[in-house]
Amino acid sequence: MSADTHPTPVAEPGVAEPGPPPPSAPDPFVSVTGWGRTAPTTASVLRPRSPAEAAEAVRDWGVRGGIARGLGRAYGDAAQSAGGTVLDMTALRRIHAIDDATGTVVCDAGVSLHRLMEVLLPLGWFVPVTPGTRQVTVGGAIGADVHGKNHHISGSFSRHVHAIELLTADGGIHTVVPGTELFDATAGGMGLTGVILSATLQLHRVETSLISVDTERVAGLDDLMARLAATDHHYRYSVAWIDLLARGRSLGRAVLTRGEHAPLDALPARARRNPLAFRPGQLPAPPAFVPAGLLNRTTVGLFNEFWYRRAPRSRTGRLQRLSAFFHPLDAVPHWNRIYGRDGFVQYQFVVGHGQEETLHRIIARISRRRCPSFLAVLKRFGEAGPGWLSFPMPGWTLALDIPAGLDGLGAFLDELDEEVAAAGGRVYLAKDSRLRPELLAGMYPRLADFRSLRSRLDPCGVFTSDLSRRLTL
Amino acid sequence: MKDAFGHPQSLLVLGGASEIGLAVARRLIARRTRTVWLAGRPSPDLEAAAEGLRALGAEVRTTAFDALDPDPHEEVLGKVFAEGDIDMVLLAFGVLGDQANDEGDPPAAVRVAQTNYTGAVSAGLVCAAALQNQGHGSLVVLSSVAGERARRANFIYGSSKAGLDAFAQGLGDALHGTGVRVMVVRPGFVRTRMTAGMPDAPFATTPEAVASAVEQGLRRGSETVWAPGSLRVVMAALRHLPRPLFRRLPL
Repeated sequence: MSADTHPTPVAEPGVAEPGPPPPSAPDPFVSVTGWGRTAPTTASVLRPRSPAEAAEAVRDWGVRGGIARGLGRAYGDAAQSAGGTVLDMTALRRIHAIDDATGTVVCDAGVSLHRLMEVLLPLGWFVPVTPGTRQVTVGGAIGADVHGKNHHISGSFSRHVHAIELLTADGGIHTVVPGTELFDATAGGMGLTGVILSATLQLHRVETSLISVDTERVAGLDDLMARLAATDHHYRYSVAWIDLLARGRSLGRAVLTRGEHAPLDALPARARRNPLAFRPGQLPAPPAFVPAGLLNRTTVGLFNEFWYRRAPRSRTGRLQRLSAFFHPLDAVPHWNRIYGRDGFVQYQFVVGHGQEETLHRIIARISRRRCPSFLAVLKRFGEAGPGWLSFPMPGWTLALDIPAGLDGLGAFLDELDEEVAAAGGRVYLAKDSRLRPELLAGMYPRLADFRSLRSRLDPCGVFTSDLSRRLTL
Repeated sequence: MKDAFGHPQSLLVLGGASEIGLAVARRLIARRTRTVWLAGRPSPDLEAAAEGLRALGAEVRTTAFDALDPDPHEEVLGKVFAEGDIDMVLLAFGVLGDQANDEGDPPAAVRVAQTNYTGAVSAGLVCAAALQNQGHGSLVVLSSVAGERARRANFIYGSSKAGLDAFAQGLGDALHGTGVRVMVVRPGFVRTRMTAGMPDAPFATTPEAVASAVEQGLRRGSETVWAPGSLRVVMAALRHLPRPLFRRLPL
């Protein structure tokens, strides 16, 4: 594609995401869960193939309401609606226009970030923000206002959104732009203000599809936080994998990886021939039935030890593929099955700067509790976005996966919630499946505004999810 | 809605003055439950039970419900469900009867059967349909080890629980895949008012222990829960004991 200054229409079927033809008849009631595979509920699943079909579905669904769903990567119950309708948005997957001069793309809400990368990387553009998986839709990324390893520089996803088309409860389709109430409610609004149909995104220019990565092994939590605070701003991307099973002096030992998009001249001659290649590898999926308890203190402890030792003490400028740097788990389809039929809970919270004590205390508690968590990451957030229910705020965020079958986990996480809330922090709704509703208003000060906007625009609860029922959003 | 660990936010107890039912309610209020409905025959006991749960911080309402009178079940329970989603229904009503007396008093024996079995069939079906409409929820049915194999000493009660147990299992299979789960709880001898004055049977347990077992079963999505858990093995053996031998056991 040439670098012309006009929006370039991209023809179907070249860009339509490959996949089976969508079924025309609505599915009967099917069981739906989030990525954590806990708390299944049934809903009628509809898969609209055009905005008009989506509008019709919303108009016709009954009193139980419904909610839009993308690729189902929210861990908890955000994209399910018991007894209602789940609007599977993945058939709305057209990339309408790419403007190479300004680096903007107009695409349907059901387009995945994976698809955007496939199409945009060869043109020298990259998505502005990517979470730990590229298997999320654009609509989902706005609805959860996702963040990535570049939050301290670039903020969260909705900061890079120029406009969205929103199907609201009255059946109308509105263009919503940043700076309006409706935009701020929708960014991070978990799909409860309406169905996002399409979006205009600002892209980031890259010369290559590789990341130049600096890795450091860090022996303890204080050192880790000091390094993050002192030098994070030198890097576009930064995250620390943290060993939550480590105790004593090793408490909070971590592997810090930070990187930049590699410039063309950093590539070896061979790679320079095709610097923008995007070829994520794929491993076989785990079997459908994995015994619960596979991930326990022993196996996770061994994994963590190996992962820590494997990392170089300090290494700079290593070239790594985008997919390996940002989305290592995407190489394993259905990796969530490894937790067995009990499923798992992801707990992610943020506490502000100055609350390092709280973070320290919580990490020590998790370590004392011996939670078998092999996917724990610590990151330092930058400025917050305007989204009323948007999660990120300046400070420290920790995310960890824990098997849901662990004894006493519910009560333990409740205690952590108390600490987080007392420190003025919050937990991430896109990952939540268990928060005590009473704590929510303290965590999200704009919750009252969100509720009043909802009661104004959607008094009958046309948009209702299990999450909104559980937390009265 | 239930959370990731199966803790309900709203609870309907059928047999609202049942000691096991209230022990379960107390346990669940300590977790996530905020709304409780106690359905039972209007009585000071029922109101006192509601007051006790309110003191724990739950919003508690009572409604008149009689297992022996199934005709109004649909209307009474329909009103409860119309007020908002019910995440869990606990079918806790039941009477022990007096075996020695009831063998000579057929109408009394029938009342045991009607309360424990036909009353539960009616209420169970009404609740199952309502839960199915909302697309989620658990129906927890208090059965009994006595239903696992009829014993000389209490076969009237035992047979009614056997019927209830079989009904609940079948209902669970019928609801499979609808988002509604049926969990059958089989406690052993539980020390309550119902068993007051009786000598402890082996594996005797308490309402609180049954409540723990229920909570754990909800978390695991169990279909059958024994309380105590060791009864599963014990009853598996007893079930296959030859009749002449079983008859002679001092049970």
